[in-house]
Amino acid sequence: MLKVEHLSYDIYEEGRQAEILSDVSFSVAAGEMLVITGPNGGGKSTLAKLLMGINKPTDGKITLNDKEITNFSVDERAKAGIGFAFQQPPRFKGMTVRRLLSLAAGKTIAEETCCSLLSSVGLCAREYIDREVDATLSGGEMKRIEIATVLAKRHNVCIFDEPEAGIDLWSFSMLIKRFQKIHEAKKESLILISHQERIIRMADRIMVISGGKVQAIGSTKEIMPQLFGREVEHCVCGQQKGGEICES
Amino acid sequence: MNLDETTKQVLDVIDEKGFKQEGAYSLRLNGISVCQGNSPFVRIERKKDKSGIDIYVAGEARNEEMHIPVVMSKSGEIDVVYNDFYIEDGADVTIFAGCGIHNSGCNDTRHDGIHCFHVGKNAHVKYVENHYGEGQGTGARILNPVTKIYVGENATFTMDTAQIKGVDSTQRETFVELAKGAKLNVTEKLMTHGSQTVVSNMDVKLNGEDSSARIISRSVAKGTSKQIFHPKAIGCKPCHAHVQCDSIIMDDAQISSIPEINAQNVDAQIVHEAAIGRINNEQLIKLQTFGMSEEEAEAIIIENFLN
Repeated sequence: MLKVEHLSYDIYEEGRQAEILSDVSFSVAAGEMLVITGPNGGGKSTLAKLLMGINKPTDGKITLNDKEITNFSVDERAKAGIGFAFQQPPRFKGMTVRRLLSLAAGKTIAEETCCSLLSSVGLCAREYIDREVDATLSGGEMKRIEIATVLAKRHNVCIFDEPEAGIDLWSFSMLIKRFQKIHEAKKESLILISHQERIIRMADRIMVISGGKVQAIGSTKEIMPQLFGREVEHCVCGQQKGGEICES
Repeated sequence: MNLDETTKQVLDVIDEKGFKQEGAYSLRLNGISVCQGNSPFVRIERKKDKSGIDIYVAGEARNEEMHIPVVMSKSGEIDVVYNDFYIEDGADVTIFAGCGIHNSGCNDTRHDGIHCFHVGKNAHVKYVENHYGEGQGTGARILNPVTKIYVGENATFTMDTAQIKGVDSTQRETFVELAKGAKLNVTEKLMTHGSQTVVSNMDVKLNGEDSSARIISRSVAKGTSKQIFHPKAIGCKPCHAHVQCDSIIMDDAQISSIPEINAQNVDAQIVHEAAIGRINNEQLIKLQTFGMSEEEAEAIIIENFLN
């Protein structure tokens, strides 16, 4: 179980302190899928980075399977079993897709495994394994390879920051199926940051973050009507049915 | 002949296919050609007027390999060698060359390899040159290669050079002339440490119609090392050329990348790209999410960049 208690994150800009996240607490049980949603700039990606150790919290505590990991570095958290897919993955000049996936898996992976991983994120594997992870790949291709890097290894907790961004509808459907499969196996906890209704509907629980605070957390049944129900005049997360962002 | 351990170790580094005294080969050790052999399609002859060898590759050569490494293991030695390659029309050959310096003394050791290639029509030549330095001595390890390449009609010349470790100073001069339909592919890989310096000048003249050149330089500069690149592509006829210089800069190193393109024909299409930058922090973090330390991630990024 991943447990987050009273997590806060402040930044200092031009001598001023700004609160990005404030007193965030939640937990994700083994095999559970938690979808974090909310308006842009609300603190979702910052929270994901705090969970992976990319940023250090100002206050609060994170434990994984009863072991405190708050002060763990990124690589220590990876070794503890946390996987992370970036919203905007970096490119690596000179590195092939196959090499990147092997590094992600922590071992040299067979061509067949590599192809299977790429196929599961909607890429025609044979065309990609020997390509470089550089500017010749489109944003959507990069994004799918990024997801494949997390799928290359078994984790305790997998964090995906807006996995749907930049992915075409066909590949998105494949991705949904892949997430469903992982979720059904109940071996890995999933934390997905998303604005996409189809992803949000898959969740066991939904957490809404806005203005750096947890606005709502609960089961899909509890939270969905607040997000997409007709009865709700003002959406909590800045979204309307269909995933369009509210201008308000 | 029997080789000492130092020579064997240096050869293992510079000759990626493994140096063997079989087929076409020539080993130059401390300024002397110590052993050589011919194959049915490659003949190697020592020059009579100056230091070096003439290499003749017959047009019948197919997938032919030759190994012509140089090892310098005496401190204070200065060696200048002239090697000329005469490759007949239609030949297909890969040449493994390069120089390794083991300097454990206090005097400078230097090797200047001056190579000239005459490549016949429709021939395919791959030239692989690795440079390497080692030894605990305070004397510098210096390599100054000069390479002249004349590529005949519809012939292809591929040149892969690498200098990854241990060479204190290098001044590389490369001149290439391409005839009608000739193709040139150059890949230069370089890593400098400490106070090492490298200057690499390359002039490529696309003299023939439909000739093409692709020049890729990738380098990493660490410590207080300095690198200067000046590749120049001159399009004299309708032709294509692409020059790309990418460098990673670290610590207090300095890199100058000066690609130059010169068109002398309205249908000469020549492109250059140059980029210098530090290792991206996001790249480091991404690899750290795989469980690597920052140092391990950095080493992987460099290894792949130079791969």
